[in-house]
Amino acid sequence: MREKILTYMERNSRVDLKDLAVMLGTDEVTIANEIADMEKEGVICGYHTLIDWDKTSSEKVTALIEVKVTPQRGLGFDKIAERIYNYPEVDCVYLISGGFDFMVMIEGKTMRGVAQFVSEKLSTQDSVLSTATHFILKKYKDHGSIMVHTAKDERILVTP
Amino acid sequence: MEDAISLGVGEPDFDTPWHIRDEGIYSLERSRTFYTSNAGLKELKEEIANYLERRIHVSYDYRDEVLVTVGGSEGIDVAMRAMLDPGDEVLIPQPSYVSYEPCAVLAGGKPVIIELKAENEFRLTPAELLEKITDRTKLLVLPFPNNPTGAIMEREDLEAIAKIIIEKDIFVLSDEIYSELSYKGEHVSITSIPGMRERTILINGFSKAYAMTGWRLGYACGPAEIIKQMTKIHQFAIMCAPTTSQYAAVEALRNGDEDVAMMREAYDQRRRYLVHAFKEMGLECFEPYGAFYIFPCIKEFGMSSEEFAARFLQEEKVAVVPGTAFGDCGEGFLRISYAYSLDNLKVALGRLEDFIGRLRAEKA
Repeated sequence: MREKILTYMERNSRVDLKDLAVMLGTDEVTIANEIADMEKEGVICGYHTLIDWDKTSSEKVTALIEVKVTPQRGLGFDKIAERIYNYPEVDCVYLISGGFDFMVMIEGKTMRGVAQFVSEKLSTQDSVLSTATHFILKKYKDHGSIMVHTAKDERILVTP
Repeated sequence: MEDAISLGVGEPDFDTPWHIRDEGIYSLERSRTFYTSNAGLKELKEEIANYLERRIHVSYDYRDEVLVTVGGSEGIDVAMRAMLDPGDEVLIPQPSYVSYEPCAVLAGGKPVIIELKAENEFRLTPAELLEKITDRTKLLVLPFPNNPTGAIMEREDLEAIAKIIIEKDIFVLSDEIYSELSYKGEHVSITSIPGMRERTILINGFSKAYAMTGWRLGYACGPAEIIKQMTKIHQFAIMCAPTTSQYAAVEALRNGDEDVAMMREAYDQRRRYLVHAFKEMGLECFEPYGAFYIFPCIKEFGMSSEEFAARFLQEEKVAVVPGTAFGDCGEGFLRISYAYSLDNLKVALGRLEDFIGRLRAEKA
């Protein structure tokens, strides 16, 4: 049941719980309890809105920053990650296999703002060896939703 | 008509999964633009045999028991043309897909309709079958999971009719195009009932399971002697099924199980939603366990299916198909497709509720 709830809600967290209960063949109380439990357990970490800011008048830039670090003895990567993810302007921090260690995503109002963050706050940290900043030019798809066009039903209205 | 919404289509709302489309494109890039052998690509026939073994636990020899066709519909036509002699009677349970009856006539056969009943959840019962069998009966069409009713036949239902079929020595054309869209346990094919494989032509295809309607690709499996004759007709009429579609279908069978499961789950959720909504509206309806149709009864409103559908379209701008499109015994029913997004279904259900509320008020 949990997996079914999560699979559905990952795509649409705004679903009416009554509808979801009907669709999964159970009752609303069961669904609500499961969701409450998963929120408590940190399985469900939050509910967000997927926005294509390019279609609004607000200016925003998003950057992907590859970060190479020296892990600290006894603390590994976690302590360094914490020093990075505590900045509110940082959106995501992932530990990555391969050529570098962290992938940091940051959203800012201007490129200069992002550059400043990298040069002043990120690069200056003791454990950080190097960074490479990539600015996102266009988002085609995010969280499974295609942003560049909307699907149209092209089927013939009535078929046998 | 503007703002009209349709619940009338008989095809999936999903796009063909990208990896399948991509294989089709790749086959074109590699210049796979020639005929395949008449019965179909060897790889595809092998994959079909593997798939049937895996899903319905019946073995077919890909070399002479599998024919790749242009959609399941070609398979139906070719099977009837290969099997029927003039005057042979073909038993066709209705309500069912529109082409069985004309195909039987075109092949020189004589259609004999079995009217299925709502009180049996539109399943075929042994008594109904037995009543229509004569000395001239050659073939029984078995269209389950069913379009338009959503009915299925479970193992015990099939076993009960198989006994009669074997005793009366008739053949079966089992149209299992909706087999992957079964919501009450695994689909059971009549070919898996002992004694039935050797007297059954199994029809299936890619349209419904993999959302590939426009690719026009299906297949027929059965005893080599019959498949051989069907392959001849197929060869004379169209040479072979489209090559691009065949390459895409190989990918579908090899790597498409997850896509099928995902789509089945989505249909199942909507199915439950509709059953629940009709119950709340007080609209009489048995719970369908197959395909993507629901078949509510509208007899309480005292009008024909045709009239109900026409008024519903005119007054509420929702298109549904009257049950009579699938045989006379569909009178008093509507076919509603749930191959639509939940949001779309919700709007349509809102309009249906308004409409039947008005009809009930008119009557009172």
